[in-house]
Amino acid sequence: MAKPPIPIEALTDRYGPHLNYVPPGGWRDESRHPADRLVKTHCCFCGQQCGIQLKVRGNQVIGFEPWEEFPFNKGMLCPKGVKRYLQANHADRLLDPLLRTETGFRVATWDEALDFTAQRLRAIQERHGKDAVAIFGGASLTTEKSYLLGKFARVALGTRHIDYNGRLCMVSAGTAYKLAFGVDRSPIPWSDIPKAQVLLVAGSNVAECSPITTDYVWRCRDNGGRLIVIDPRMTPITRNADLYLPVRPGTDVILLMSLLHVILRDGLEDRAFIGNYTSGFEPVAELVKPYDPKRAAALTGVPPDAIEKAAHWFGEAERAIALHARGIEHQSKGVENCSAIINLCLATGNLGREGAGCAMITGQGNGQGGREHGQKCDQLPGQRQIDDPEARAHVAKVWGIAPEEIPQAGLTAQEIMNAIHAGEIKALLSMCFNPLVSLPNADFTREALEKLEFFGVADFFLSETAHHADVVLAGSLQEEDEGVVANVEGRVLHIQKAVDPPGNARQDWRIYCDLARRLGKQKFFNFESPREIFDELREASRGGHADYYGITYEKIDRQLGVCWPCPTPEHPGTPRLFEDLKSFHEDGKFRFVPTPWRESGDPVNDEFPIYLTTGRVVSQYLSGTQTRRIGALVDQYPEPRVEIHPRLAAPHGIKDGDWVAITTRRAEIVLRAMVVRTIRPDTVFIPYHWAGRKSANKLTHRTLDPRSKIPEYKVSACRIRKAEQAPEWAADESRRKP
Amino acid sequence: MFGYEFYVDPSRCIGCQSCVNACAECETHRGTPMIHVDFLDRANTIATVPFVCMHCDDPTCAKVCPADAIKKTEDGIVQSSLKPRCIACSNCVLACPFGIPKMMTELEQMMKCDMCYDRTSEGKRPMCATVCPSQALAYVPREQLERMRREKPTNVFLFGKQRVTTRVFMMLPPELDALAVDVVDYMWEDSHEIASTR
Repeated sequence: MAKPPIPIEALTDRYGPHLNYVPPGGWRDESRHPADRLVKTHCCFCGQQCGIQLKVRGNQVIGFEPWEEFPFNKGMLCPKGVKRYLQANHADRLLDPLLRTETGFRVATWDEALDFTAQRLRAIQERHGKDAVAIFGGASLTTEKSYLLGKFARVALGTRHIDYNGRLCMVSAGTAYKLAFGVDRSPIPWSDIPKAQVLLVAGSNVAECSPITTDYVWRCRDNGGRLIVIDPRMTPITRNADLYLPVRPGTDVILLMSLLHVILRDGLEDRAFIGNYTSGFEPVAELVKPYDPKRAAALTGVPPDAIEKAAHWFGEAERAIALHARGIEHQSKGVENCSAIINLCLATGNLGREGAGCAMITGQGNGQGGREHGQKCDQLPGQRQIDDPEARAHVAKVWGIAPEEIPQAGLTAQEIMNAIHAGEIKALLSMCFNPLVSLPNADFTREALEKLEFFGVADFFLSETAHHADVVLAGSLQEEDEGVVANVEGRVLHIQKAVDPPGNARQDWRIYCDLARRLGKQKFFNFESPREIFDELREASRGGHADYYGITYEKIDRQLGVCWPCPTPEHPGTPRLFEDLKSFHEDGKFRFVPTPWRESGDPVNDEFPIYLTTGRVVSQYLSGTQTRRIGALVDQYPEPRVEIHPRLAAPHGIKDGDWVAITTRRAEIVLRAMVVRTIRPDTVFIPYHWAGRKSANKLTHRTLDPRSKIPEYKVSACRIRKAEQAPEWAADESRRKP
Repeated sequence: MFGYEFYVDPSRCIGCQSCVNACAECETHRGTPMIHVDFLDRANTIATVPFVCMHCDDPTCAKVCPADAIKKTEDGIVQSSLKPRCIACSNCVLACPFGIPKMMTELEQMMKCDMCYDRTSEGKRPMCATVCPSQALAYVPREQLERMRREKPTNVFLFGKQRVTTRVFMMLPPELDALAVDVVDYMWEDSHEIASTR
């Protein structure tokens, strides 16, 4: 059903990605027509949420100016932040709703598009039940929108299936932190990082994925701190590592258990902390016993003396911090990996004080705030569990419905796609999510989308996923709406509206309200502004772990951010958690969690002997819906390349720049080789920001972590060979160039 | 800005090109970056270096200019060539020991980094040093730098017999015995298979 109406190439010609290089009016225009105001807001991209000032003239964003007073980044920006203003005034921007026809998409009125959407959703729910409709949300949405989308799914549609693209990002860490601490937030403010004596960075390409954090890491070293980096690749942050541990993909948990092994063997643990404030230590101590450095070295490819040294540095430090990101989290044992990091911190008493602790580096812009208030399938606002009767009663009261009307937990993002493929879910409404690029096994995702009886998309550009849509609702860019987000520190920040949406594009929360009205649920969605939504959210979160009750827009502006929990208007917020050495669990203890090793869901063998791992580059962001449209960013790294160590390249006769076929159990793609000594010889790396025949996610597999349900992007098995000729996509692209 | 100096520390650079992209946003030359980032030898290392004009005390570019088109202001900033004088001969491009000046053939003029003269003269920091996420480019007071960094700044460069002193400082790395750049140098290699892990 939901196949693209015309060839992808024709859709690309019309809707892009096209490259925007220059601001409105051209490079020289600003000197003739200067900006009439500067709007202090935040970057629209990653979880750092750097402060930035947008230069605005009339209803156009025409440039940027650093915002040096904002304490988190003090004016610093990565290239994405510098060039983000070029997403505005873009030729590809959707200015009207679109309806699919046999010859492509046609412009529709809002009434047409919304009536059609509501009528199709109703018809499918009447025929197949409420849960035949699923909602996808996104962690780029403001917290108000995320909250409202959760309410929309549960109240307006009554479906239990709502999940979001943070399922591909923060859920392994979130699950592990909830298990250990009872709450899903990094315990430390970033200002703690320079104060640590030892900084362990596991599976995080800090310099490219959270560039501003680099300054915090370097300042830690300036202060005499030692940097330990765990990664199968030497990423730029490794250039100043005091110790580099080149872990074999998928064996992180063994390495981390071996660190704990040495710490316990040599008596470097904090017995008092373990005894007074934790539970579950003994089984973990038992579990790490077999992983002496020699054995761990054989399994992880990290030398025994490096393991010894890392363990001693971490164990002997008065203040140690462990940072981690998708490298260890995107695995079928992502939760175990994070738990192993937490176990290290608990065993050494590194928690609840300055310069000590662990932190997950949030990927998406509102990766933290977007998961706290209801677009995650198992949570209600305030980070409440959806199966907790008290939580249901509280939220139902705020919403004005009966607790039993709130559906129970639904499926997670990949499981929703699986259910669509199996024909169990018939309709999908997707907001700011590009699963065709970002979910694993892209051919499977494409097959699933093609089976949908109805597919509605709300987005500002026509993403590759939206090619399959029946209706496209033209939504808003970050700078076109007000709201809040929570950054990597759990610091709630105020996104200012700089301009109105262009043409007939509409703010996303208005779209949900418009749809709710057509579904007969208007009385629950009578909102006139994001502020009204935020005020309801504050009530809904009140008393929960992520308590926003004491936060207002004005307070955020005054304090330049408020860290939750913030239970009362007088409360200043909570930059550092656990200063009272109590977890959020009922018994107040921090819990050790056992971390047994398991084989990857896509193991290497003789046929597929090489590890494939995927990730990001500094100039692109996530599925590239925005950044593949910005000229300077595309020029910086125009197409994906496969990184190969010369020792692996040589026997295959592969030289730098050669075309290489990479084959997994799912698919084969052909990319140019980048032959570099900065990756393990048993591993190749491909960045994932591209669609179609350049998509790394054609190769990846759908194995999920059993608890967090995150896909295992970081460990696949592949084989490589030198390709006989350039791939079709390269020939097509050179033909299409003017 | 009074008391502020420009410091370059290549060892902090992560090659993100934020500086280059931000430089291209400066109003006096919007659309064209005046600085660049080098990937030293990507096949063998992740090391990168940002290049801004070093603003020499006795600028070689000015000395070799046959048209006397390159001027240094009183505060030590070496400017782009004066458009009415510049004959676009590229002598400066060839002679600069740091490889900084660029010939803008379409403008028939040499242009280069002027340490954001328009911004620093208004009390703002240069664009590149403001945005740099690793602070490999830093524009800070000397005492702040000395308080925060272990590396030592220098502005004396020896090019064979030519001794060049500059307005911009370069940070010297702390002592290092050896720098291994190959992952294999750090790896443990053993014939053990991954199977027996429990």
